[in-house]
Amino acid sequence: MTVDGFALAHLRRSPLGHLADRFAASSVPGPGGVRLRELPFLTQLNLRLDPTGPAAARAAEALGAPLPTGACQAAGTGALRVLRLGPDEWLVVGPDGAAPTLGDTLRQALGEEPGSVVDVSANRTTLELAGPSARPVLEQGCSLDLHPRAFGPGRCAQTTVAKVQVVLDQLDDEPCYRLLVRDSFAQYLADWLLDAAGESQAPLLASQSAGQSGGNAMKR
Amino acid sequence: MSNRLASGGRVDRSSRLRFTFDGVEYTGLRGDTLASALLANGVLAVGPSLYRERPRGIVTAGVDDPHALVQLERPFSEPMQLATTVELCEGLAATGLRGRGRLDEASDEARYDKTYLHTDVLVVGAGPAGLAAALVAGRSGARVVLVDDQPELGGSLLGGREEIDGRPALAWVDEVRAELDAQPETRVLTRATAIGYHDQNYLLVAERRPDRPGGGGRLWHFRARHVVLATGAHERPLVFAGNDRPGVMAAAAVRSYLNRYAVLPGGRAVVFTTGDSAYATALELAAAGAEVPALVDTRPEPPVALVEAARAAGIEVLAGSVVVGTEGGARLTGVRVRALTADDELTGPVREVACDLLAVSGGWSPAVHLWSMARGTVRYDEALAAFVPDRAAQHVRACGSGRGRYDLAGCLTEGLTAGAEAATAAGFPVTAPATPPCTGDETPAPPRPVWLVPGEEGDPSGWRDHFVDAQRDATVADVHRAIRAGMRSVEHIKRYTTIGTAHDQGKSCGVAAIGVIARLLGAGSPGEVGTTTFRGPYVPVSFALLAGRERGPLFDPVRTTAVHPWHVRRGAVFENVGQWHRPRYYPRPGEDMDAAVLRECRAAREGVAMMDASTLGKIDVIGPDAGAFLDRLYTNGFAKLPVGSARYGVMCRADGMVFDDGVTVRLAPDHYYLTTTTGNAAAVLDWMEEWLQTEWPELRVHCTSVTEQWSTVAVVGPRSREVLAALAPDLDVSNEGFPFMTVRDAVLANGVPARICRISFSGELAYEINVASWYGLAVWEAVFAYGAHAGITPYGTETMHVLRAEKGYPIVGQDTDGTVTPQDLGMAWIVARHKDFVGKRSFGRADSARADRRHLVGLLPVDRAELLPEGTQLVAPGADLAAVPVDSLGHVTSSYRSAALDRTFALALVRGGRDRIGDTVLAPLPDGRTVAATVTEPVLFDPKGARRDG
Repeated sequence: MTVDGFALAHLRRSPLGHLADRFAASSVPGPGGVRLRELPFLTQLNLRLDPTGPAAARAAEALGAPLPTGACQAAGTGALRVLRLGPDEWLVVGPDGAAPTLGDTLRQALGEEPGSVVDVSANRTTLELAGPSARPVLEQGCSLDLHPRAFGPGRCAQTTVAKVQVVLDQLDDEPCYRLLVRDSFAQYLADWLLDAAGESQAPLLASQSAGQSGGNAMKR
Repeated sequence: MSNRLASGGRVDRSSRLRFTFDGVEYTGLRGDTLASALLANGVLAVGPSLYRERPRGIVTAGVDDPHALVQLERPFSEPMQLATTVELCEGLAATGLRGRGRLDEASDEARYDKTYLHTDVLVVGAGPAGLAAALVAGRSGARVVLVDDQPELGGSLLGGREEIDGRPALAWVDEVRAELDAQPETRVLTRATAIGYHDQNYLLVAERRPDRPGGGGRLWHFRARHVVLATGAHERPLVFAGNDRPGVMAAAAVRSYLNRYAVLPGGRAVVFTTGDSAYATALELAAAGAEVPALVDTRPEPPVALVEAARAAGIEVLAGSVVVGTEGGARLTGVRVRALTADDELTGPVREVACDLLAVSGGWSPAVHLWSMARGTVRYDEALAAFVPDRAAQHVRACGSGRGRYDLAGCLTEGLTAGAEAATAAGFPVTAPATPPCTGDETPAPPRPVWLVPGEEGDPSGWRDHFVDAQRDATVADVHRAIRAGMRSVEHIKRYTTIGTAHDQGKSCGVAAIGVIARLLGAGSPGEVGTTTFRGPYVPVSFALLAGRERGPLFDPVRTTAVHPWHVRRGAVFENVGQWHRPRYYPRPGEDMDAAVLRECRAAREGVAMMDASTLGKIDVIGPDAGAFLDRLYTNGFAKLPVGSARYGVMCRADGMVFDDGVTVRLAPDHYYLTTTTGNAAAVLDWMEEWLQTEWPELRVHCTSVTEQWSTVAVVGPRSREVLAALAPDLDVSNEGFPFMTVRDAVLANGVPARICRISFSGELAYEINVASWYGLAVWEAVFAYGAHAGITPYGTETMHVLRAEKGYPIVGQDTDGTVTPQDLGMAWIVARHKDFVGKRSFGRADSARADRRHLVGLLPVDRAELLPEGTQLVAPGADLAAVPVDSLGHVTSSYRSAALDRTFALALVRGGRDRIGDTVLAPLPDGRTVAATVTEPVLFDPKGARRDG
């Protein structure tokens, strides 16, 4: 069954579409700033295959990005991300509407090899949290080490933020994070982030991010 | 009356702050604590003691004060604060407490947050040792965090007059602070108390934020590679008669009030010490203008240099002596001094010395609390007369006075070394620089600890004014009584006497109490008695801090479906199912739950109704071995299920007890779509993964959760077919074209692709329409619109429960509790004989075959209007209700009013229930009545299943 998002766009509703104004209002520019928005309807395909089998190479070639094999690794550009969720499991994230073609591509790459390609585009929505204070905001609810020495672009993790399971994907050094969250938890997580990001406007977090510049220069 | 010195101190004389204590107005200075401001105003007394109402005064200058409990009223209400740790601010109001505080009835609106942070080196304590450690560790480039509970850095240096590198020590502190601030990876937290030290170097730090409106703070969760504990030491009290009288203070605290707050706590002071450190207090008191008539030293031969310095200041040193008693009422007026023999016996005449301040130093106890919480061991050091850190259990080092090193140079050296070692061990090599030269605070001569100053008369059984834990009003007589009652362990004596259980958790009195116990037991030293267990939190913290933002709407995640906004608009009453927020029923104006549910049930049985079933767990099971895998997990078979068909299945744990149930659809030869109960979605996926990963890795199967990929709308009732026909005009909805337990893909009238299953959880003709969840709301609204002409009625979980119960369908987790087999549910038909599956072998156990197991049966109360409460116990007629225990036949698992039956009914698990059908059982109710009910088959409505096809 194919889901053609474009023809039916007027019938779709993203879990956080109604919060767009609040996200915009909560965004703060500048050196201590933070931006929050929803990236709705991203294509998400759950890919399972043997990383040592022939299908892995075919899938990587078809995607134009390697299937990362190290724990918590991500590959690809902003338009197409390949997030390693487990030893034989990846989440392929692409633009809205790409699920049918991307799914066919991956199923072809899989061929007769054991594995699966499951469209989970509507299973989660995506929150983008970016800006110099994005890390201190996240650190209020995420127990992972997010310091640039431990986590950065090219890293992803399945973790919890404020007790909510998310797939966390860091895109760049600013930093810009994506939080892929199940639809049912999205409202709670958004409320929590708005609350925590509101806190970031206080001098406290600005001073924290200033005191912890991190960045590539400090990477070891 | 002002006791403020004309100059000196760390207070801002240009910033006067008004405050009230016990309703009286005073002024203090910025930089004061409430305690220092009170002392500056000549106020020493705080609240009286808890049990004996004895007057009590300020004793220390920190977290170890045993008396100075206050109730903060402004700027925010907070009970059980210590005057010695409350920072003064404009308009502050507080009252002294007699042992117990009072929680404000209004909710605490201050903002409390959390932050999780990882660090290479965490240094606790910013005295000389901690500053030195952080400085060196920070220079390595390691991530370093330095936490200290005071508003400013310096620790003991704030209250002293030492010099480092030829300058006042605080100039050195400022220099260190500047360098720490310039280190990009170093973070300094002040007003931040490390309250807990857990496994894997996980430390909790409570940061206070008095600068915020209403106060508040932040609970930091630190994970550190290496920890340096520079926690300092607490000065011990001495145990003598009348040692709780206001005016008896800790000697180091007196020095701190002089030097840090420029406050002279008394005009005529006696110093009573077991070691060197209190000589500085005596000399600085004299220099500040106080009369110091006597310094009482337990040592018969104190260091000559100290004695000479004291005499030069006009202070008489009474060596080999002790204070045996205090005079005065609510304020000290004098002390009684006698000589002490080498065997700690009193000797010679009494010397009476008038004074209004007694500065006491019973020696020092390193603050080993965090070390001990980290499961490090402590040992008793005879030379230091103190418990010191011994073996570490984690990556942690102690340094400075926190491990019994009391000279300043030694503290600096140990700090520099510990910082360098910690950073190096964390992967950031660095060497410790040379220790800067310093003056003051030399290596002390050995102390002479006196654990129990004898009373002037009687024996320990009568020494009721020798306070051991003043907060608990526990005395030497109490310890004596505990020992006479046969107790020897310090842990037992602690619990018997309550020593060390008050809000300070024994910070001041703990080791002193161990000393008293050792003396009364005749032990050689406190080391033979040992310590009690140190437990977090190190200082009391509020629940509001621990809760952080997890309160009100953010208390716990709430899960909602795509259709949720419609449910809210429709006025649904919600219930929590796990974290899900599900509509329970949709009352119309004036309807209560019973009326609404009866109406909704009637609609489903007589017309058409709809429910949001999106919360069901959904799992894609894909691979050539998917059928074989499901055969092994379900009690019934799935490998032979035709493509396009659906089958109900039951899953058991290895013990044969029902674990979950649901309908599974075969979409393709290698693709099944499995549904689980709402509450078990994650557990079922875990269960499947566990078997695949640990037991059957050879199976070529992959499971993917798609619970939220799909929104599910159940359309139920005799008229559901006509609604579906309109909704999916291209679909053959006839009974032959779309039979029961099959699945069809269809495009709905609005263009949305759907997967439609003809399954029923009500016994009625019914369909479940699955669409990508972002279409969920639109499709729900479309169903509602297409069903409008048929009066389609939305219904909630309560109606769903009634409809399924009328059909005898169990709900896993409500009608089962982990002790129920499929056979107990009357579902032997679903247990395959000719294949193996998880739980099968347990059915061969004799216990699984007992005839008197509890079976699921129906119950019809004899009174058709009687609604049995769920959980009601059932007994046989004639059962003895006075017996203990009552012989229970079972209990009611579900109970409802039925529109279709026009009466109440229930499901119950009843011992040998299937053999009791037609019998009467009794239900004793909480209101005292015992009502009768008839046991029936569990299927009460349409037992032949005639309604399934509409």
